Amino acid sequence: MQESETTMVIAQQLRSGLSRLYADLLGRRVFKFLLALHGVGAFALITFGVMLGKFSVARCVVRPLVAREISRAGVKLLPMFLFASLAMGFLIIGQAAPWVSRVGGENTFLGDIMAIVVVRELGPLLTAFLVLARVGTANVVELGTARAMGEVESLEALGIDPVHYFVMPRVIGMAVGIFSLTVYLILGTVGSGYLWAFVQHVPLQPSDYFNQLAGALSYLDFILLALKTCAFGCIIAIVTCYHGLAQPLQLDQISNATVRAVGQSVIACVLIDALFIIAYLTV
Amino acid sequence: MNDSSRPLSQTPVLEMRGLTVASMKTPSVTVATGLNWTVHAGEFWVVGALQHSGKSDFLMTAGGIMSPADGEFKFLGEAMPIFEETRMAHRLKMGFVFDGGQLLGSLTIAENIALPLRYHSKMTVVEIESRVTELLTATDLTPWANNTPVNVARSWQQRAGLARALALSPEVLLLDSPLTGLDVRHTVWWLGFLGELSKGHRIVGTKALTLVATADGLRPWRGHANRVACLSGGKFLSLGDWSTVENSQESALQELLQH
Repeated sequence: MQESETTMVIAQQLRSGLSRLYADLLGRRVFKFLLALHGVGAFALITFGVMLGKFSVARCVVRPLVAREISRAGVKLLPMFLFASLAMGFLIIGQAAPWVSRVGGENTFLGDIMAIVVVRELGPLLTAFLVLARVGTANVVELGTARAMGEVESLEALGIDPVHYFVMPRVIGMAVGIFSLTVYLILGTVGSGYLWAFVQHVPLQPSDYFNQLAGALSYLDFILLALKTCAFGCIIAIVTCYHGLAQPLQLDQISNATVRAVGQSVIACVLIDALFIIAYLTV
Repeated sequence: MNDSSRPLSQTPVLEMRGLTVASMKTPSVTVATGLNWTVHAGEFWVVGALQHSGKSDFLMTAGGIMSPADGEFKFLGEAMPIFEETRMAHRLKMGFVFDGGQLLGSLTIAENIALPLRYHSKMTVVEIESRVTELLTATDLTPWANNTPVNVARSWQQRAGLARALALSPEVLLLDSPLTGLDVRHTVWWLGFLGELSKGHRIVGTKALTLVATADGLRPWRGHANRVACLSGGKFLSLGDWSTVENSQESALQELLQH
């Protein structure tokens, strides 16, 4: 009897200890998240301040850097996005066509499904994640190495603002890159979607398919698509540059900074996407 | 070198009063306190300090790259550090050479040297190319002009850092441990070149540059620098000329004089 009471007391203490442990862990996580939000927010304000104030300063230096970033976050990723668009078209039509045909809607809904899934949601988000994986991670490594090698101090000694030299071209390049790649991805997916429908013998004429697409889209879709993709580009560039540049790094800390940057970029993109969903629903 | 023969301007080039220097890596750590120092135009200072005593932090504060933790610091009469775009022209009168050059890894040696010209000056592409060629020739860097820093030996990167700092023809040049890790031939070249700069080299329009260099040892600088200071145990000693140094009883200074 006494033994079982002792066991119960120990179990209770363990439970209360564990709950305190979980509460501490949660508190630490929330605190870290707020600190990161504060840091990234401040860095974003500094970056936009520099972009507004120094947009036309030293154009001959900054313009080639912007072109390089557009090439890196846009042009060079085109082959990968061609493959992704083929795969997306196959996945969406391959999954949707059999289900829609059960209700006899293959002539009516495939274009609408494409518009809702690809144009409004999957296209911009998938593009942002792919660019984050290919270019965002490289940003953290490059800037973290530059910071560790003293290049930031070098620029400051030369009277060059590191945000102007390192961050501004990346923000512009990534915003333009993600916007352009999303357009390519959507066009490719729409095209490959019809191709896969044709291969699966879905009785759908091209004119019907494109009419459905056109009918499902409004001017708001194009405006919000442009805003959303540019917002994704800006936030990925800012978060990755913040983790590479805004704090002194040793070379061995760069991998951890990259992991943090990817996690925070994904969360930020999903939150922005949620805001745009609200905008779709309310406007 | 007779320092009394140098004309001293009314406004000191660098003037520090009660300055506290913090560590770059750990800003809460203090490297030196109560620092009083005046540098006049045309002087050639060497600041001796043992390794890890904070001479890079001190020089970065003097170069306006770091803000001092406390105290007053002026450069040619204007409060430092300068980060505002409106006062940048004043800030660019000071050049800074980092230990190892600290060149931008994505640019070639020539592009690194051209960077301040392309960013700040209104020179044409042809004029910039001509100026870069002039600097490459003066520092014997022509064979490495189109190489990125990673493909060039550290001693040549250091020279490229010097060429980059001279690109905008500054009035004052700060050099962080320029002789560290150099062989005899490079050391002789640096001391000779800095001597020419302090007298007036054609690469900077024949005007006499004010120089401040930090060093792990003072011996190589005898006969080249005309003013000596020492940083030891968080204290900065502005000693003046070599005769004062030789008569000093400071143990740290005697140690520095042997190397």
